[in-house]
Amino acid sequence: MDKRVTDADAALKGLKDGMTLMVGGFGLCGIPENLIAALARHGVKGLTCISNNAGVDDFGLGLLLKTKQIKKMIASYVGENAEFERQMLSGELEVDLIPQGNLAERCRAGGSGIPAFFTPAGYGTEVAEGKETREFDGKMYVMERWLRADYSLVKAWKGDTNGNLVYRHTARNFNPVMAMAGTITIAEVEHLVEPGEIDPDQVHTPGIFVHRIFQGKNYEKRIEQRTVRQRA
Amino acid sequence: MALDKNQIAKRIARELQDGYYVNLGIGIPTLVANHIPPGINVTLQSENGILGMGQFPYDGEEDADLINAGKQTVTLLPGSAIFDSSLSFAMIRAQKVNLTVLGAMEVSDTGDIASWKIPGKMVKGMGGAMDLVASAQNIIVCMMHTNKAGESKLLKKCSLPLTGLGCVKRIITDLGMFEVTKDGFKLTERAPGVSVEEIKAKTEGRLVVEGEVPEMTV
Repeated sequence: MDKRVTDADAALKGLKDGMTLMVGGFGLCGIPENLIAALARHGVKGLTCISNNAGVDDFGLGLLLKTKQIKKMIASYVGENAEFERQMLSGELEVDLIPQGNLAERCRAGGSGIPAFFTPAGYGTEVAEGKETREFDGKMYVMERWLRADYSLVKAWKGDTNGNLVYRHTARNFNPVMAMAGTITIAEVEHLVEPGEIDPDQVHTPGIFVHRIFQGKNYEKRIEQRTVRQRA
Repeated sequence: MALDKNQIAKRIARELQDGYYVNLGIGIPTLVANHIPPGINVTLQSENGILGMGQFPYDGEEDADLINAGKQTVTLLPGSAIFDSSLSFAMIRAQKVNLTVLGAMEVSDTGDIASWKIPGKMVKGMGGAMDLVASAQNIIVCMMHTNKAGESKLLKKCSLPLTGLGCVKRIITDLGMFEVTKDGFKLTERAPGVSVEEIKAKTEGRLVVEGEVPEMTV
């Protein structure tokens, strides 16, 4: 089935105020740049965003924080974003910080039809407050619920018009599990190809999880911490 | 003389064993990779999805699609593997990672660790730290012995929100190395020139000193 749409604007059709979005990426690596820019342009408000990080002040999800389009953020680490910290400490932004592995697994569970599971992370900490705990084979675990989204926005390196996706290096990160957990999943790719051009053995996300796909443009792919060594 | 950050990293590196899979946290733990002893082959895991992480790239060869958990540009070694975040924490949770080294704000003498939040002041989030400490086979914490105000970070009970409960096995600070035992922090090595008295004075939690405590070689 041909799932291609022309661009980010067409892909976001139906996305409304107050919806829950998953946004792939780790820091600024592997984020859906075109889709985030389009959200900022459209001005859709009151969003709940599930994403490992919150971008930086002037890029990634930081763009939507600046315009106050995000009502609630579910993330594991937000240390790179001063505006985020300010909005959180002042109470303007609702924040649910959760352990990174729990975040990944909750998305995976949401995309796998598993409503809850037990995990050791966070046991004995404030993350477990109000949650069911149980002992299995002598160790304590916390029950965590699945996460699902109205729209999942992911970025892949290559995709075909059937929605099959291939990620590149660590730009994979949360993208595959978030792609699984969206009622509508939109993939933006650097290279959109025809069916048959991706080796089926190399597909990371099977097209069944992807509803709309388009080739992104003008990728900035900003590096947060440029660390290099000099040649001897 | 108290140890500097590189000396702490160098001492931790001596705990590495051939064949280990190791996760190094942000800060001093990252420096451990620079001091891996010759003949010891370890595979570095980065929780954003790498096994077999290499050094920083040469200037001009950095790749925006290839970073570590600290968002720094890195390289891949021959034989490395890339995977998604869920699979990354699957291998952590299933205790395939042999050693986790991470920093902390406070550690208690029962092995509790606090590292992610100062209520009302600083909230960066726990990242992968809660998952790592809840599941690692072996956890070494490295940190300065006291905070900027000169107060002990080795406590009877953590005052900050916890990252994990009763999980820390060993601590290396600028003043010495400690094992977490049922009786408290057991001093196993002193930093060169640092006295047991100084360590006692700067440790708020229960401290166990047995016999002559050797001086660390760094």
